Parts: sequence; C-alpha cells; structure tokens
Amino acid sequence: MRGRNHPGWWAFLVHRISGIALALFLPLHFWALGQALEAAAKLEAFLRWTDQPLFHIGMWGLVVLLAAHLAGGLRVLALEFLPWRDWHKTLAAVAAAFALAAGLAFALAL
Amino acid sequence: MSPRSQTLLWVAQRASAVVLALCVVVHLATIIYAMRGGISAAEILGRTRGNPGWLAFYSLFVLACAVHAPIGLRTVLREWAAWRGRGCDAAMWLFAALLAWAGMRAVLAVTGALT
Amino acid sequence: MSRREKGAAPPSDPPQLLVRVWRGHADGEFQPFEVPRHATQTVLDVVMHIQRSLDATLAYRYACRVGMCGSCAMTVNGVPRWTCRTHVDKVAGDGRLEIAPLSNLPVIRDLVADMREFFDKWARSRGRFDGGNTRHDEFARVAPASTERQQVESGIECIGCGVCYSACDSVAWNPDYLGPAALLRAWTLVNDVRDTAGLERLRAVSGDAGCASCHTHLSCTERCPKQLSPTAGIAGLKRAVALAALKGTL
Repeated sequence: MRGRNHPGWWAFLVHRISGIALALFLPLHFWALGQALEAAAKLEAFLRWTDQPLFHIGMWGLVVLLAAHLAGGLRVLALEFLPWRDWHKTLAAVAAAFALAAGLAFALAL
Repeated sequence: MSPRSQTLLWVAQRASAVVLALCVVVHLATIIYAMRGGISAAEILGRTRGNPGWLAFYSLFVLACAVHAPIGLRTVLREWAAWRGRGCDAAMWLFAALLAWAGMRAVLAVTGALT
Repeated sequence: MSRREKGAAPPSDPPQLLVRVWRGHADGEFQPFEVPRHATQTVLDVVMHIQRSLDATLAYRYACRVGMCGSCAMTVNGVPRWTCRTHVDKVAGDGRLEIAPLSNLPVIRDLVADMREFFDKWARSRGRFDGGNTRHDEFARVAPASTERQQVESGIECIGCGVCYSACDSVAWNPDYLGPAALLRAWTLVNDVRDTAGLERLRAVSGDAGCASCHTHLSCTERCPKQLSPTAGIAGLKRAVALAALKGTL
C-alpha cells in the first residue's frame, strides 16, 4: 500500500470506485424515471418518498461521484491524448477541486 | 476476443467518454439548477415533455452510458474479480442492452415521446 | 550477530539502523538485523553489511553499484527502488528499514526476484529491433530534432531494473499485462525509423494484455529511478494502436 501513496494512484482509485458506483446506480435511476411512463403521479410519489435526509445525503454523494468521474475522466483523456508534460499532479488536484466545487454547489441548492 | 476487438472497446470507451463529458456538464448544471427549492415530477416533466431538444440530448446521453459503463465494468471484473472469460464479455453485452433499454424507456417517459 | 565491520566502528557506538530483511521464499518472513548507521550510506551498503558481517547466507543481487546495470532493485519500506543509489537518509528517517524482493515477480530466495517473466514480456512485446539494412547499406541518419527521435529521448535510457513492473498494479491485477518497461521499449522501437516490424509490434502490444490495460495509475512514472515516464510511452502506443485498429490494419 505504501508504494501506492501518490496522486496518480489516488486519482485512479477515485475514478474506479466512482465508475463502479455510477454504473450500478444507472439502472435504478432509469427505473425511477421510467415510472413517469405509467403516470406522472407515480414519479411524483417516488420523488416524495426520496425527499428525506438519508436520500439527500445519497444524492449529494452521487453528484460528487459524478463530478469526480467527469473530472477524473478528462484527466485521463488529457494524459492519453495531449502531448506529454509534467502536469499530472496538477490535473489530479484540479479534478479534486472540481468534484468538491460541484458537491458544494449541490449542497447549497438542496 | 481478438486484440483488435479489445482495442476497439478501448476506442469506444474513450469516444463515449468525450460525448459523456459534454452531457455530464449539462446534467450537473441541470441537477443543481433543478434542486433549488426541491424537485417535483411536474417541474421535471414540464421541462422535458414535448421538447425535441431534451429528447435528442437524453437519447445521446443514455446511449453513450450504455457504451461506456459496461466496458469499464468489464475491466473491473477482469482485474478485481478475475472473471476474464466469454461469460464476462456476454454479461457486459447484456448489461449494455439493459442500460440502453431501461435508459431509452426513461427518456421516452420523461419527454413524453410515447404519450 | 553484533560483530562489527573491521575498522568501521568509530570510537563511540554509532547509532544503529533497525533493518528487517525478507528471508526465504514466497512463504518466508522478515528477519531483524541491527546495522551501524553511517553518513552517506545507501540501502545496498546496508544489505552488503548484513551479508558480509552478520549473515553470509543472505542472497541478493547487484553488479555496478552506480545506477547503470539495473540489477539491485528491491522493495524498500514498501516502495520499489534501486538500492545502490537510494540513500538511507532519504527512506529511513526514523532509522527503520524493511527490505524485501521486488513484488509482482516470483521470489527465488531472500532478496532475489525471478526476472524471467519480466524479460519474457519484453520479447512478447517485440522489444527486439528488426532492421531492413545490411552492412553494405549506408548508415541510417536519424535527425536528433525529428519528432520520432524526440519522442523516445528519455525512453531509450531504461536500464531494465524492474522497478516500474514491480510498482504497477495493472501487472498485479492482470498477470498477462506486458508491463511498463516492455511497453516503453516497444514505444522506442515504434518510433525507430529504421525498424521494419512496426505493424507486428503494434499487434503485440494491443489489447487487454497490452497498452489498453494501462489505467494511468502513474506508479511507474512515480517510481522510475531514471525519472522516465513509461505512462507517456504507453499513451503513445494507445494512440498508435487505436489508429491502426480504426484503419483496419491491426
């Protein structure tokens, strides 16, 4: 584990964990929105059911994971497709800052 | 799976990533905008129903997800669960189909394209 | 166990390093030693002291002692390093060292890792130069400022120590993965204008065993003692392989 303690590896771990979580969340997300196919009232009922602190925390977590996966993904694309330069630690820091900023914006909107 | 197919999976994942990057920026902005004061079905559907722009956007978004997520999960299963055979590849095709079907169903539901 | 190197003991007792050294095979264990602490002491100096003065049966590998041959790499306090140029000051501020063989490779005995798979993968990634010229042809002229030459400016300095391979989690999680050093070697040859095996090499380094399995952990780049970036070379391979796959030539 000690050999892995550097920004590139942490950026990878966040990207992988957020990717797994988002992939597993997607079917649930689609199922919930699909409720509207039968009646808008069914979607509304679901939304009211999720309107409680536990779900708010969960939603906040998902927004942070989505923002982290987006920023981390752009970091990977930059490393793979742009001319190589010594900026990978900066990229990881910018990605982390973006995820936190998105989480803050969402928390303020809650 | 041949190395060429594996390479094309890599290409598909990067290409879908570029599409998703744009979609997710819009999605995050919409989420944060919509969350102010709480969300309701009426508010969501009022924004999306009968709007061909959102229909096109969410269709593209869902299909890019259906490409991107299973390729990533395949790598995770190979590396962290040591599931490397054809069964894993087949499961990922199924997962892609599930995401595309459930996702498009959701898109049609919220844009009202079917009703 | 406490016999001192002849002439090495200063008048007062020097501070001691607490050194735990891997003994045996994969199922071995760490054995503690106390080694006199000296100024400008390298990790290899510590290992040599143990073998020469404390336990002659310790197996380890080194040759040049000046960072050229790439044979002395070991895992030092959990991080793969070239031991001949790793100062104790830098890695053991608290006076403790844990020295193990390189990970991701079978252990032969003590600190000696079996490098066979590491070098076999260089061969599998077509790390051999294939030229089309004979001794009767003119010398090839490679302009130092050309893009291809610039791309491999650092990659050709690889000493094959295995530090990157040992640091790489893609190797740990995907036993077929060719690894950073072999792929960086392939990248230097892909850019060699004299080489004639371009397409075959791209095939060899493509797919799940090749460059597609690099997830930019950057551990290789972080740990390379020569400060090379295999990640950069692998990114180049990814682009070249993807282009060939899209063109249908792969």
